[in-house]
Amino acid sequence: MAVEKIVTRRFDNLKAHELDEYVATGGYEGLRRALSMSPSEVHDEVRTASLLGRGGAGFPAGVKWGFCPPNVWPRYLVVNGDESEPGTYKDRQLLERDPHQVIEGCLITCYAVGLTQCFLYVRGEMAHAQERIAKALNEAYAAGYVGKNILGSDFSVDVVLHWGAGAYIVGEETALIESLEGNRGMPRLKPPFFPAAVGLYGQPTIVNNVETMANIPWIVERGGDAFAAMGAENSKGTRVFAVSGHVNKPGVYEVEFGTTTFRDIIMGDEYAGGMRDGKALKGFVPGGASAPWFFEEHLDLPLEKVAVDQAGSMLGSGAIVVMDEDTDMVKACHNLVRFFARESCGKCTPCREGTTWLERILSRIIAGQGRPSDLSLLMEVSENISPGIAWPPRQTTICPLGPSAVSPIASALERFRNEFEDYITLSDRRVIPVGAA
Amino acid sequence: MSIDATESDAEGVEVAEPEPEPGVAFTVNGVEYRAEPGRNLIDACEDVGAYIPRFCYHPRMKPVGMCRMCLVEVDTGRGMGLQPSCMLTVSEGMVVDTESEVTKKAQDGVLELLLINHPLDCPVCDKGGECPLQDQTMSYGPGESRFVEEKRHYEKPIPISDTVYLDRERCILCDRCTRFAKEVAGDPLIHFMDRGNQTQVNTFPDDPFSSYFSGNTVQICPVGALTAKPYRFKARPWDLNEIETTYPNPMGDRVTIQSSRNEVLRYLGVDSDAVNWSWLADRDRFSFEATMHDERLTTPLVRGDGLGNASADGAELVATTWSAALARVVEALEDANNNAGPSSVAVIGGARLTNEAQYAWARLAKGVIGTDNVDAQLADGLPGDVVASLPRTTIGDACAPGSTVVLLSGDPKEELGTLYLRLRHACVEDGVKLIELTPNETGLTRYASQSIRVRPGDIGAVAAAITGAEGANLDKAIGAVTVKELEALAAAVSGSERITVIAGRTSMADHAALTVEAINAFAALDNTAFLPGLRRGNINGAVDMGLSPELLPGRTSLGAAGAWYREHWGQVPGQAGLDTTGILGAAATGRIAVLFLLGADPLTDFPDPELARQALDRADVVIAIDPFINASAAAAADVVLPAAAFGEVDGSHTNLEGRISPIRQKVTPPGTARPDWMIAAELAMRLGKDMGFVSVEEIADEIAAVSPLHAEADAAAIDAAPDGLVMPLTEDPSRPTRFAWSDLGAPDEPASYDSYSYRLVVDRTMYDMGTQTAHCQSIDQLAPDGVVRINSHEASRLGIGGGARVRLSSKRASVECNVSVDDRIARGTAAVAHNHPGLDVRSLIEMGDPVTDVRIETV
Repeated sequence: MAVEKIVTRRFDNLKAHELDEYVATGGYEGLRRALSMSPSEVHDEVRTASLLGRGGAGFPAGVKWGFCPPNVWPRYLVVNGDESEPGTYKDRQLLERDPHQVIEGCLITCYAVGLTQCFLYVRGEMAHAQERIAKALNEAYAAGYVGKNILGSDFSVDVVLHWGAGAYIVGEETALIESLEGNRGMPRLKPPFFPAAVGLYGQPTIVNNVETMANIPWIVERGGDAFAAMGAENSKGTRVFAVSGHVNKPGVYEVEFGTTTFRDIIMGDEYAGGMRDGKALKGFVPGGASAPWFFEEHLDLPLEKVAVDQAGSMLGSGAIVVMDEDTDMVKACHNLVRFFARESCGKCTPCREGTTWLERILSRIIAGQGRPSDLSLLMEVSENISPGIAWPPRQTTICPLGPSAVSPIASALERFRNEFEDYITLSDRRVIPVGAA
Repeated sequence: MSIDATESDAEGVEVAEPEPEPGVAFTVNGVEYRAEPGRNLIDACEDVGAYIPRFCYHPRMKPVGMCRMCLVEVDTGRGMGLQPSCMLTVSEGMVVDTESEVTKKAQDGVLELLLINHPLDCPVCDKGGECPLQDQTMSYGPGESRFVEEKRHYEKPIPISDTVYLDRERCILCDRCTRFAKEVAGDPLIHFMDRGNQTQVNTFPDDPFSSYFSGNTVQICPVGALTAKPYRFKARPWDLNEIETTYPNPMGDRVTIQSSRNEVLRYLGVDSDAVNWSWLADRDRFSFEATMHDERLTTPLVRGDGLGNASADGAELVATTWSAALARVVEALEDANNNAGPSSVAVIGGARLTNEAQYAWARLAKGVIGTDNVDAQLADGLPGDVVASLPRTTIGDACAPGSTVVLLSGDPKEELGTLYLRLRHACVEDGVKLIELTPNETGLTRYASQSIRVRPGDIGAVAAAITGAEGANLDKAIGAVTVKELEALAAAVSGSERITVIAGRTSMADHAALTVEAINAFAALDNTAFLPGLRRGNINGAVDMGLSPELLPGRTSLGAAGAWYREHWGQVPGQAGLDTTGILGAAATGRIAVLFLLGADPLTDFPDPELARQALDRADVVIAIDPFINASAAAAADVVLPAAAFGEVDGSHTNLEGRISPIRQKVTPPGTARPDWMIAAELAMRLGKDMGFVSVEEIADEIAAVSPLHAEADAAAIDAAPDGLVMPLTEDPSRPTRFAWSDLGAPDEPASYDSYSYRLVVDRTMYDMGTQTAHCQSIDQLAPDGVVRINSHEASRLGIGGGARVRLSSKRASVECNVSVDDRIARGTAAVAHNHPGLDVRSLIEMGDPVTDVRIETV
């Protein structure tokens, strides 16, 4: 099962965040190679690699790069480092442990697509990552990797570091662009605001995830074919997952994309090492808090985009949250819904009013004030946010945040309806019986 | 906009090659229509009768798609899906279903969600009865609430400005007010704060929503979250009735007057494409308070003693009857005519009047009494013949893409509110180039492509240089304007396709001839037209109706049209008369026997108050005709005749484009106050020279019959044109010629500049102590205390800060005042706003001097 690591290859080297160590371990070789090629050749390598975006939607990066309308300048690269999905912490690790790799990826991307400037947006709460990336940028500028005439070539690009102010919604690309422009982080409507055409400051803008960027140096250095040789048919290369919850070894693991299964990563000794205290698995979130839940029967699904999509959920941001048999699913559901209600930006009605209403109904149920009609009300309010409660979700909202709050409710109500009913009918019931089976 | 249902031809029938129809085809609820490409879907559906509910969408602002009420099922080729119709433009083949189950369910859901936190205090809400949320709750959403939790609570209501209250509990966060503040007014002082369910609209601490346009947010609020102080709890909407009319400001903003029980309670802006786009400045919106004010005159007044007995030398004004008052006036007029001839009679003012009343007064003065000493301006505007001769354009053309606007007037944001909004929109959205040639920065400076500080006195030379006038060149600096700036301006002017010059006065402290020089220079270009930037009421109508020396109705002159009007009126003055400065000068030396103040207050508004005081003291009989007693009337009027105000009269109004639009009566005047035209008609009758009209319509028809400008603009035509008629409609060869532009004299030498002194600019602000504003309880406190404004560089040079007490001295007088540091003021300039509490600097101004220089000393 062990596979060559790409983006986490320097994670064991605790000095890899320093420029000297990075260069000594093969850093900036991808950039050197890219500069010896034409931009379109670099772009072709990434296209060949079939690198899927690692932010959540899984859109092929090489294709996205091709969306910039020709001859419109300036055009920008925005790197989305506003990683805030509950359970997701892979980008933070990439920024903290190997910041130069991300910077190198940005530089190569700018070269390949002819982007004028790069904006690196790092989540407000990730102080250590901000420090590391700022230090790395200063080093890279001083050493001539970033700025004017990079490595003596006629290629010049600036990388601007921007710290977020602490809003989950800014992880949505158009909200991130609003925030970069100095406005409230609220999403824009698509259409017309597809960033590739109308993005930052109204200019064509490529928005990519940190992990996507971290893959670029390796792809350019080793070739798109080498990357495409790894992984499954529709999911090439490797992918980083952050496992958390009731497992023995929560952590960030890079696995071959598409061939590893959920069972491997949750139960395997080289990864999360199985359930904590030998408890039984009750369910797990396969791809961040927005994703519908998976259960025991999904464990043998491969970590692969198409298979997971077909099974009714998503790999999303690469966060696997494991819940054991003792988990109170009503409270788990409430926990997630509360997160989305608090993080709703307030721009559109269904999300602003609907998510909070859902949260308040759940709070009431947990407080012992539930009514039998609440279960259908939960579903009907959810319907008003995400018509049909289907997967992939439809939405009455501007962005997917609203429907994200619906996912845990739909999952929990479908599978654990009895737990909700117990809360409503057994007024003295506050704890789930141990070993309910 | 053309949208027509197209009927599909029966299958198999041979048809001729079809004409390519304009627009794009789209299908609404199964029927195919055509729409203008780029038309917003929500509007296109409404055009064909499929109304889509909405809260955040407003046709005059950019759509944001936030409220989600306008979700409809749309297929643009990828299958039916819910989309906000305000964010889509119609495209070829688009299929829309505004009535499907999915659409209905989405709209019902959004409405339920909007209501869960909305308080049901409709019975005590100003909006109840005209509330879009209330109305749409009738049509959409479940009949009862399933929300059992406690609603969101905020302190209610909180004042966010002097005139607007905000109730955050009622707010549905549609972003209309905040977008208006940012996108339309350019005063981004209200914002969304907090997030999610706690999102609220608010101001930042100590930074109130002090926008001149804040009242518009009340009008566009789709719930009762924003309410206006002057209207709060005054009426229920179903008790109001209304009439559409034209607000008498130089823009001719279209408004609706709403009243109940003969009391005006509210003005609302009307969306007139040509003029104000539904917006109003607060000063105008809330001015109905003056109409309803207790101090309105209800009866004629004459001089009398403290016991109410009339006596010619009494110290008080006492009530009398119309017949007694008019008899007194007629007696004075006959005496004047017998003693010194008709030229001993003068009329100052008339900008407050309707076109018809202005015509009646012009005819009374020039055709009945026989004097040409008539001037509607108080030496603070431009000479009447200059205004009459300006080749005009329209606001729409000036604001259209590709246009260049040159600002040669006071700050439109302070003086002509809705023109500022139109120009701002033109600069920001339509790429119109704005060139400012003003002494100080204005509210439009941020949007100007070139904003150059031209010291008073230099404007003529600057305009000559940049327009390439003969003998002018660009190789030396003019005052504060550098060679580089001149070259850039000249390039911008010569590179412009169409130029509109907004021509007005930037300061009371310089001579009007300076502005006229600049106008001359621009008028010599063949791609230039003008909009007069005069600020007083219906001043443009007054000029067109001949309330100006040497002018006769229809922008024509005694010379060109004397014979024509003599034929229609019986007589006209033999020679040109005096303007206001001349009239007051003549009066001060005892040469004016009867002085009419037609809504004029020279003591407050004339640049030389000492001359005005002497003139009022020496004139034998002063007759004030006004809705209120102003300072001049209180000091010197022998007879005061109460006039009906806006809202109480019928007629028409002329705006700065020359657009004539109808003014309609809504309520009856207080007491025995009469329309101004009726007073003129009655005086003529009592003088034995009946003018022959007994209604406003008859006057309008007479104007259409005689004026070279107004052919075809008769009463019926004006009535049928709510958006107005732009004069002239036709050229009638049988009528006298109108004024054409001719160069009005050689430029003066630019004034020399003494580096120890400051050039004085006396400008205007939106709120001052003007008679009308002073009688509006909600805005009468908004005029800030008078101060001298200098920039921070000059303040540090003088070693003073804001609030310092200084003495301003000109060669004529000196006054003491406080300093305000304001970096919008140019270096070397001292600016003082006219008619603010506690400071009157007019005594510093020597009328006739080109400019006024002052020294600033600390005291």
